[in-house]
Amino acid sequence: MPHKVVSLISVGRHPQSGRSRRAEQDSRAVELGLKLAGTDLDVVHAGNTEEPTLRQYAGMGLPSVTVLEQDEKADAVESLQSYLQSEKVDIVLTGVRAESGESSGMTPYLLAESLGWPMVSRVADIVEVKDGEAQVLLALPRGQRRQVTVKLPFIASIDNAAQAARQSAFGPGLRAKMEAQQGSESVDEIRLNWEEVPAKARPKRLKVVKAKTAADRFKAATAKPQGGSGKVMKNESVEEKAKAIFDLLVEEKVIR
Amino acid sequence: MVIDWLPSVLIVVLLALGVIGALRRVSLWRAGQPEKVNLIAGLLAMPGRYLKDLHHVVERDKYMSRTHVATGGGFVLSMVLVLVVHVFDVNEQIVAWALLGALLIMLTGAFFVFKRRLNPPARLSKGPWMRLPKTLMIYALTFIVLTLPAAGILPEGAGGVVLTAVLSVGVVIGLGELLFGMGWGGPMKHAFAGALHLAFHRRPERFGGGRSTGLKPVNLEGDVLGVAKPSDFKWNQLLGFDACVQCGKCQAMCPAFAAGQPLNPKKLIQDMVVGLAGGTDANYAGSPYPGKEVGNAKGGPDEIITAGLVSQETLWSCTTCRACVEECPMMIEHVDAIVDMRRFLTMEKGETPNKGSEVLENIIATDNPNGYAPSSRTNWAADQNLAVMKEKQEADVLFWVSDGAFDMRSQRILRAFVKLMKHANVDVAILGDEERDSGDVARRLGDDATFQSLAKRNLATLGQYKFKKIVTTDPHAYHCLRNEYGDFDTDGALAGVEVLHHTTFLNQLVQSGALKLDAFKGGKVTYHDPCYLGRYNGEYEAPRELLRSLGIEVAEMERSGFRSRCCGGGGGAPITDIPGERRIADMRMEDASETGAELVAVGCQQCTAMLEGVVEPRPEVKDISEILVDQLVEEVH
Ligand code: SF4
Ligand code: SF4
Repeated sequence: MPHKVVSLISVGRHPQSGRSRRAEQDSRAVELGLKLAGTDLDVVHAGNTEEPTLRQYAGMGLPSVTVLEQDEKADAVESLQSYLQSEKVDIVLTGVRAESGESSGMTPYLLAESLGWPMVSRVADIVEVKDGEAQVLLALPRGQRRQVTVKLPFIASIDNAAQAARQSAFGPGLRAKMEAQQGSESVDEIRLNWEEVPAKARPKRLKVVKAKTAADRFKAATAKPQGGSGKVMKNESVEEKAKAIFDLLVEEKVIR
Repeated sequence: MVIDWLPSVLIVVLLALGVIGALRRVSLWRAGQPEKVNLIAGLLAMPGRYLKDLHHVVERDKYMSRTHVATGGGFVLSMVLVLVVHVFDVNEQIVAWALLGALLIMLTGAFFVFKRRLNPPARLSKGPWMRLPKTLMIYALTFIVLTLPAAGILPEGAGGVVLTAVLSVGVVIGLGELLFGMGWGGPMKHAFAGALHLAFHRRPERFGGGRSTGLKPVNLEGDVLGVAKPSDFKWNQLLGFDACVQCGKCQAMCPAFAAGQPLNPKKLIQDMVVGLAGGTDANYAGSPYPGKEVGNAKGGPDEIITAGLVSQETLWSCTTCRACVEECPMMIEHVDAIVDMRRFLTMEKGETPNKGSEVLENIIATDNPNGYAPSSRTNWAADQNLAVMKEKQEADVLFWVSDGAFDMRSQRILRAFVKLMKHANVDVAILGDEERDSGDVARRLGDDATFQSLAKRNLATLGQYKFKKIVTTDPHAYHCLRNEYGDFDTDGALAGVEVLHHTTFLNQLVQSGALKLDAFKGGKVTYHDPCYLGRYNGEYEAPRELLRSLGIEVAEMERSGFRSRCCGGGGGAPITDIPGERRIADMRMEDASETGAELVAVGCQQCTAMLEGVVEPRPEVKDISEILVDQLVEEVH
């Protein structure tokens, strides 16, 4: 039985020009979706049917894009949730975070929570989907991968390590159908009161490398962090884990 | 006598078969897309175009041009007279004598074709083309003998049945080639297709010494963007392919072919013929695409070209240098065809190879191929004190900076040119951050949608300001602005504006005395003609005159002027980067080194980058404006 795969797409933003574009990670989510489901892939956007960037996604060879029509002020999560609930979906692919809007990276988590599905973050590839399970490769730093098995249905956020999106072709993009559905109408009240300002570059923490030789420097640059002070807490209680995080935040002067 | 009538009947039969074949051929062309041509005017102009324009190209090879006039002229004249004498039985001795004369001229011509074919250059196709001079001679000889009685030299019926039979065989062989072969795809097809191609050429502006080099816009609303199948070409493009005589002049000039990349313009045109007629390339008897065997290509009018007829790498190997078009005696438009097929690959399939897709995405998102912030476009000019149009609104000269603004090497050229203009007190302004990529690369990579969008946005910006001239140091932008933006300039942003390359403009300044220059004291200098300045825009003189004004006597390369060899940087070739055995830039640098020059003068930032990329030791490479700036006479006040 073919699996129903949905890729969620948003309007991206070019880091240099600030111009709208297909978002890096979202288009990787479409690429992975095409690999899993071919043109049966359902690509969903919550927003405006007239948005030109949707055509850039469609140019990857999508016959149509489902648009949950909603106002700019509305929250995407609500529309997406009711859409995903009404369709029999097996896998939902999103980017890790959007390039525009709140860019909080919360969409997949909120969807997973409301649907009661597992959420796998930073996926590099989905190797196989069989017997109600998927073999998923997670992207770890420095090109490392971890393979996990996830029960369907689930949500995955796609990392930059995933296969890059194929070229978008103008013709098919232009001809793709935008299939509009009514999205949510409730306004995102919290968001309304926010003010957007350009972000300031964060100061970078200097890495002190005490290497003497070129070989040492090379090692320091490429070795995976030994994380001397870090530890994996598996068996501790939730309170202990929370305490550890809290202590770290204080130590790093994130909270005072 | 019993079979006296045989030759006359054969003539009529073969003529009829030829006509049927020709009509079938016409129907093959008509499978192409409609394109308006002026039928009557075209046909009327055809003889003139043949005699003047086509021969202007053929003249470059004097031997061939004389041979062709004799053979072709002799044939056309004799064919008419053959009908008069042998079919309509006109019994005037003088007509028969005229026929004999025509046949003798043709025989002489055919003999010289035969002589050349004894030891043919590699660029020529073999196969049926080797047979052609012999069948031509058989035709001429047969009809000479047949006409002798009518001319009163031999008595009627001389030679008896045997001679008539022999002559009948001659008629079949000769006219079989000339009439039957013309209609049914033999080598003589070129005469029939070629004549109509001249009449209905898609770029009639090229005749009478004109130039037409801008690509034709794609209708973005069409069902298919670009050319997927042979039948997606315009009908007169198909006709043009059929006119090819397989002379291989294009192949001999093609830099990609010489570099061992999988492209041969002659084979490409022949593959288009295979496609329009349906079949395989098994009968092709010329040089292959380097590294690819002949015989495996298959196609038909409604089959996707890149699925078996022509490989994608072949299409992406072309630098769009136009050397083939310039050289083609049949005035076939290879570059149009190649870009048409690229358009399909990019705009329908999304298969621009290597860096192509990334570059296009950058151009779309940032209006420059490297994805730099559009707001950093004018950073190079921070210390140049250049007026910006947005503030100035009006200037004599608008300096089109082009994407060289982002490249440190090109910035040296830009600064040199600005310094020269300042010295000559030119009233100049730039667009600053309002300028965008000209769209050249996008268009050559087949993305006409992006080109059109850039053209329209650039024109909208240009339309806000007043200026008399646009001057640019980039021949590619120059070509777009001068030859391609016109199709989109509905509001007349460029109406009455002169678009100039900086060498042309600087030459005007020097000739008018606005720039004073010292004599150049370095060593030997050669000049490399950029394709987009020379062949695309016909500017060969201004750069040379500038160099002369410095007292430089240009040591010309063997391939210079309209025969200049490409640097390898055009048509997005460095982006699609199809591997070959050699690099085009290396070959061009060898051309330059052969002159013994210590300095290669160029007029293009792309050429500069390509030629400077050649490993040392090699001559130095400088833009003409950089050479001039070093010779400026500083006026002391
Ligand atoms: S395309 Fe033109 S130059 Fe090339 S072989 Fe044919 S006729 Fe000759
Ligand atoms: S334009 Fe230049 S590179 Fe392209 S086929 Fe013609 S000669 Fe070869």
